[in-house]
Amino acid sequence: MTAPVIETQRLRRRFGEKLAVADLSITVQRGEVFGFLGPNGAGKTTSLKMLLGLISPTSGSGTLLGKRIGDRAARAKVGFLPEHFRFQDWLTGRELLHFHGRLYGLSGAALKRKADELLTRVDLRDAAERPIKGYSKGMTQRIGLAQALMNEPDVVFLDEPTSGMDPLGRLLVRDIIHELRARGTSVFLNSHLLGEVEATCDRVVFVKQGRVVHELVLAAESAGLEVELRVDGATPELLAAHGTLLSSQNGSARVRVAHESALPALAEALVRSGARLYAMTPHKRSLEATFLEVMGEDQRPG
Amino acid sequence: MREILTILHLTLHEAARRRILTATLISAGAFLVLFGVGFHFVALNVNHDIGMSVMRRHMALNFLTLAGLYATHFLTLMTSVLLPVDTLSGEIASGVVQTVASKPVHRSSIVLGKWLAFSLVAVAYFAVVSTGVLMIGRAIGHFTPPGLAQGLPLMALEAVVYVTLSIAGGARLATVTNGILVFGLYGIAFIGGWVEKVASAVGNPAAENVGTVASLLMPTEALWQRAAFLMQPSIMRELQMSPFSIGSLPSVAMVWWAVGYATLALWFGIQGFRKRAL
Repeated sequence: MTAPVIETQRLRRRFGEKLAVADLSITVQRGEVFGFLGPNGAGKTTSLKMLLGLISPTSGSGTLLGKRIGDRAARAKVGFLPEHFRFQDWLTGRELLHFHGRLYGLSGAALKRKADELLTRVDLRDAAERPIKGYSKGMTQRIGLAQALMNEPDVVFLDEPTSGMDPLGRLLVRDIIHELRARGTSVFLNSHLLGEVEATCDRVVFVKQGRVVHELVLAAESAGLEVELRVDGATPELLAAHGTLLSSQNGSARVRVAHESALPALAEALVRSGARLYAMTPHKRSLEATFLEVMGEDQRPG
Repeated sequence: MREILTILHLTLHEAARRRILTATLISAGAFLVLFGVGFHFVALNVNHDIGMSVMRRHMALNFLTLAGLYATHFLTLMTSVLLPVDTLSGEIASGVVQTVASKPVHRSSIVLGKWLAFSLVAVAYFAVVSTGVLMIGRAIGHFTPPGLAQGLPLMALEAVVYVTLSIAGGARLATVTNGILVFGLYGIAFIGGWVEKVASAVGNPAAENVGTVASLLMPTEALWQRAAFLMQPSIMRELQMSPFSIGSLPSVAMVWWAVGYATLALWFGIQGFRKRAL
């Protein structure tokens, strides 16, 4: 197994009296799309800035691409799209990419080629010679995303990359994330849009008050499935035999099973017992349901 | 070095693109036109007054040219403070600096690139305006002040000190706080300079010390006073006949202190920016 791209031990950051990040210990593997979830004020952006060396931790330690966090050399292979991406909006889209490319050490033909390639990829070729201040919010996010990819990074940090984007823009970002993963690039995704996280991430952690409180491997479906049944004449014992019975009334029932493979066995047992099975619909447990459960009732909209 | 040049290039590009250079050049042009017209009429009077001795004519033209250079000094210091006052603090507040500082660049390169760019702009501005003033004096009054080779570099150094303070303050403070602080320091230097001047005229050493302390706190006014002293004929210095004549000439040590002061301010700014949470 290769070394993780990000590894932190008990990172903590205090701003005066306020403890923004209490204890952050995470590991992100190479090629993994990692979701970082939590309500507003949970310390997500501060955590991300510590990893990028924009803020130094009060205590704790960590590595980014094998180097101590904050190390300048490690940032050569890192891309970053900040939240509310604001930048030199008097530059044109192309000039912005050239400037950021130069900061990564690119120059000459290689710089021009990379900028051209990314302008095409984020569908901004037509707007490349226009000042960014005339861009829509979605276009601004897209040029920001291109800026984060100028160095063909090994790890990309995206802080709310789709805020302000229309459905087509979101789809584009999703495609780019898939491409990055296919190329072996790790993606650290900070997003409020749980549906999107569900569609793109391999693994997510939930952060609350600057601590990781829960981890979920999405690809493995470890959260299990909820099955909705329309069935007559089934006993609660029978329904609970292959999972957990959540509810049962008037010919409909909800059962949670650990894995998809439990479904045929459940159907067979019901039919054998003489119960009449009309419908059986498995639902993956939504990330939103898990989020609400993990964060608890005491959370208020941020 | 390459990083510094990239930031320098972007900063100059920004000054040009955001019409900052155009605005400063227009204001400089307006000042030069006004100065030229004024100089023309005064020179007309001076050159046609048959009763006026050559020496007095010379002094009048020198006074007028120094007044033009005094205005240049003031315009340059305003420009030098205001041009870069929000370059760091503004970018920190808006978040623009995050994508730059998360690149593989030293934070000191960001500060140094901006400092170099704005120093160049401020010195170029000073060069344009002072050359304009001197050309007007030469073309209309047929007069060139002495000691330009020593005086003008001191005034350029003054511009660099203001640029440095403005940038260094912006690395640690919010834009408005920074502006207030730098102009506050200018106020101390200005008042200190006058206290010293009056004190030396009436021979009060205690008050003279107040002026020296003020110059140590902010050496820019001392640079201007030394420049003005060097750019007037010896007779005017001796007679102390104009507001530009001074009782005690700021020493060469004070010039070196100004260089050290700017270096310290730049170092302080770099350290502040390196530790700053962005």
